[in-house]
Amino acid sequence: MKRRSRFVFSVLVFGYAFLYIPLVSVIFYSFNDSKLATVWGGFSTRWYGELFRNEQILDATILSIRVAATSATLATIFGTMAGLALVRFGRFRGRMLFSGMITAPLVMPEVITGLSLLLLFVTLQQVFGWPAQRGFSTITIAHTTFSMAYVAVIVQSRLSAMDQSLEEAAMDLGCRPARVVVDITLPLIAPAMVAGWLLAFTLSLDDLVIASFVSGPGSNTLPMYIFSKVKLGVTPDINALASLFILIVSITLLSAWFVIKKQERNS
Amino acid sequence: MTTPIKEDRLWQRITVATPYLWLLVFFLLPFAIILRISLADPIIAQPPYSQTISFDNFLFLLSDKMYALTYLKSVLMAAAATVLCLLLGFPMAYGIACSNQATRSLLLLLVVLPFWISFLLRVYAWMGLLNNYGVINNVLIWLGLTDQPIQIMYTDTAIFIGLTYTYLPFMILPLYATLERMDLDLIDAAMDLGASRTTAFWDITWPLARAGVIAGCLLVFIPAMGEYVIPYLLGGPETLLIGRVLFDEFFVNRDWPLASAVAVVLLALLVVPIVFLQKSQAGDAEQAS
Repeated sequence: MKRRSRFVFSVLVFGYAFLYIPLVSVIFYSFNDSKLATVWGGFSTRWYGELFRNEQILDATILSIRVAATSATLATIFGTMAGLALVRFGRFRGRMLFSGMITAPLVMPEVITGLSLLLLFVTLQQVFGWPAQRGFSTITIAHTTFSMAYVAVIVQSRLSAMDQSLEEAAMDLGCRPARVVVDITLPLIAPAMVAGWLLAFTLSLDDLVIASFVSGPGSNTLPMYIFSKVKLGVTPDINALASLFILIVSITLLSAWFVIKKQERNS
Repeated sequence: MTTPIKEDRLWQRITVATPYLWLLVFFLLPFAIILRISLADPIIAQPPYSQTISFDNFLFLLSDKMYALTYLKSVLMAAAATVLCLLLGFPMAYGIACSNQATRSLLLLLVVLPFWISFLLRVYAWMGLLNNYGVINNVLIWLGLTDQPIQIMYTDTAIFIGLTYTYLPFMILPLYATLERMDLDLIDAAMDLGASRTTAFWDITWPLARAGVIAGCLLVFIPAMGEYVIPYLLGGPETLLIGRVLFDEFFVNRDWPLASAVAVVLLALLVVPIVFLQKSQAGDAEQAS
């Protein structure tokens, strides 16, 4: 049956072109030999080589990955706990406030989150003397706070879509609630937790505004470094960096998609 | 030795309390502090605000025309970007929902994929397309449509393109979720009974998709209001939007109290849509269960 009108089809084509032309053009220009990023000066891979010799980029990348891995792990733990509490525990005191605090970070403008967290860290430092320095720990805390909301939402939707009979059966057979969660619930929601971890990792790796607020002198994350460079305009080494990002993400997602497709077909 | 029942309750309490405490300290408490500092005066000290309480910052924000205009412009630009996302996103979501199973999952993947690539780098990609010697102008000149490069970069148009591009997936996904649940045979039935495509759309598709439209619009509008990077990189230096004003007030002028007041007013403007979003999602969750 053909329900798609010509109009819908052309908007689809336009929409996907809109989404992908910028990405394709960046990859194209990353192989441009010319230092003027918009004038074609022949094919070259020199900007990729330069990328790996740039120590600032390497340092920033290492910091970003450390922050992303730590905050994603913390966010997955807290987010899963929050999801469990909201879906499985029924009513408890302060539930309204809790669910509000879980959803609000999803849409909160970054400038507000960033500013408010920085002011918190400054106040804490005055009162308790901690954090003495802003950097890895403060960025990690900030990222954990907003990305645990995403994990909680994913875990929540997985939990409410899930059949509860296995958990109930285990309870009926005398299994303690804590054991039920560890032995039955967690393995069942593991895919959601993995998806949540990956999303949290990506969000952390992506964040510029919040990190700019809560980081201190000397600790630049990768987005902060990129921003300081692209403020001044298009540069060829950032083209190369962007292309690497695009390729890694595309290959990972597309191969994951193919694996899932294949499994579906086999089952 | 604790009894099993007590142990269960303790365990439940820990599961709730850990994320709860974290959010109280790192999400709610910061807002209390921002509110407090917005009532202080800037002083030259470390940290640069006084312990006094006054409403001077808010009075200043209300009396200064520049700030009022900035807020207004931010609301209008976010609203325009929301409309653009809806105009492009609705037919796309509809088209995806109408495709067969195999194409559908690939099309969805292609909508989500850019979202996983650094946001900053995607905005950066547009800088290369839009500038005077960029791809778009080169193509236009090559086609003979213009002989002078058209100024797109550093204009409001560039900001609209950037906002639409970045937030389009946030519009498509909730729309797709509602359209996918819809029974598409209803449209065929209406058209078999003589309804035109337009009538069928306004009488059937639109009302059924309303929940998705509301969620999508709010997911685009709220974060777009405080956007900093897109106006900074793509817009002109005279395009003042509230996210940038807050950033500069804090980092350039080092006026922490005024920056806090700007944030408080922005938050006050967003409270209504945020509560609305929470309500619509709570309703959605109930409907699903």
